Amino acid sequence: MGRIKVVHYLNQFFGQIGGEDKAGIPPQLKEGPTPVGQLIQKESGDHLEVVRTIICGDNYAAEHLEEVAPAVLKWVEEVQPNLFLAGPAFAAGRYGMACSVMCKTVHQKLGLPALTAMHSSNPGVDEARKEIYIIETGDSTLDMKRVIPKMVGLAQKILDKVPIGMPQQEGYFPRGVRINVRAEKRGSKRAVEMLLKKLRGETFETELPLPQFDRVVPAPPIRDLAKAVIALVTEGGIVPRGNPDRIEAHNASKYCKYFIRDLNDLTGGEYQTAHGGYDPVYANDDPDRVLPLDATRLLEKEGVFAKLYDYYYVTVGNVTAVASAARYGREIGEHLLRDGVQGVILTST
Amino acid sequence: MVKEIERVGLPAVQICAIVPIALTVGANRIVRAIAIPHPTGNPKLEKKEEVELRKKLLRTALRSLTERIEAQTVFK
Repeated sequence: MGRIKVVHYLNQFFGQIGGEDKAGIPPQLKEGPTPVGQLIQKESGDHLEVVRTIICGDNYAAEHLEEVAPAVLKWVEEVQPNLFLAGPAFAAGRYGMACSVMCKTVHQKLGLPALTAMHSSNPGVDEARKEIYIIETGDSTLDMKRVIPKMVGLAQKILDKVPIGMPQQEGYFPRGVRINVRAEKRGSKRAVEMLLKKLRGETFETELPLPQFDRVVPAPPIRDLAKAVIALVTEGGIVPRGNPDRIEAHNASKYCKYFIRDLNDLTGGEYQTAHGGYDPVYANDDPDRVLPLDATRLLEKEGVFAKLYDYYYVTVGNVTAVASAARYGREIGEHLLRDGVQGVILTST
Repeated sequence: MVKEIERVGLPAVQICAIVPIALTVGANRIVRAIAIPHPTGNPKLEKKEEVELRKKLLRTALRSLTERIEAQTVFK
């Protein structure tokens, strides 16, 4: 059997270009594999050969998805590979989004098998799980050794055109595809068994999970902005210098509120970011770039709205568990509502 | 977070650079930010111009809070 040519997509970190300071780099090419690509090759017994690696900064990719996708497509097409792989991205949201979009694009435009891997909290999952196979990973790089064999194994099955097992067996996110299988017991029997288990309080596995559309009905708008109290909230980690309440740089366990009634401007000397997921240089230089207090005050003085709420709320939205973020949002919303706020501006990084 | 704030009945707008993520997580009112590490700023501009840019973004955000919407909307 001949070798399988692979093109591999990575971010600047796994592409060994740099950390958050290099997140702005546009897509670039490297012939041959990076260390992650080498792991893939090794796992496949060198059956897979990473002929080309495409590396793009997380910020650049996430902010220019429509521009990066065609560039990637062209570079993939040039070498006529048999397979396209991206990541694994673990819980990194910008990276996961890019991996999913690139895989989806390559798969749809070139008809190539494309595969990526990430954590269930990654927004990239919903972006492409119906179109491509996305292997489920843990939330950090520690899971690399377990994930690579899964990626390679599934890729091999797709290439060999052998039947792909169910999501739980193969470790990918359900794609919403229905296939006919012959079950040992007929439907009525299975349903009664499930019901009995449910009545006994035992665990059972539904055969038809209902989709969860968690959409919120838009709240009624502000009727008269000129009379409204507005609050600022940020997930960008802007805190007083020294981060007195120690909001964590990632997976924040709390949110905080800080008094700003006497402030018209946030200065780099007195405020800073505690967020560990983006290059802090710009925010530390002028925190208004993340929490726009100065311009909000100017609009308040112009009478565009009546009053800025006396506090701002902040947490760090960086690999923060969805359940925590939902709770912070709910509690902050309830506080603000109780204090007579009528509208909220939230910035995220 | 923005979705949960809206759920309690307060109109809430998210200013963020990656609009597809805001759409995926279910924000109702979205304004596209300048960039991930500086959503409401642009370090390449003079200080004065930068404040103007911020005001412009905030005007859009404030307007989004005054409009009646039926579905997720990206305001420009």
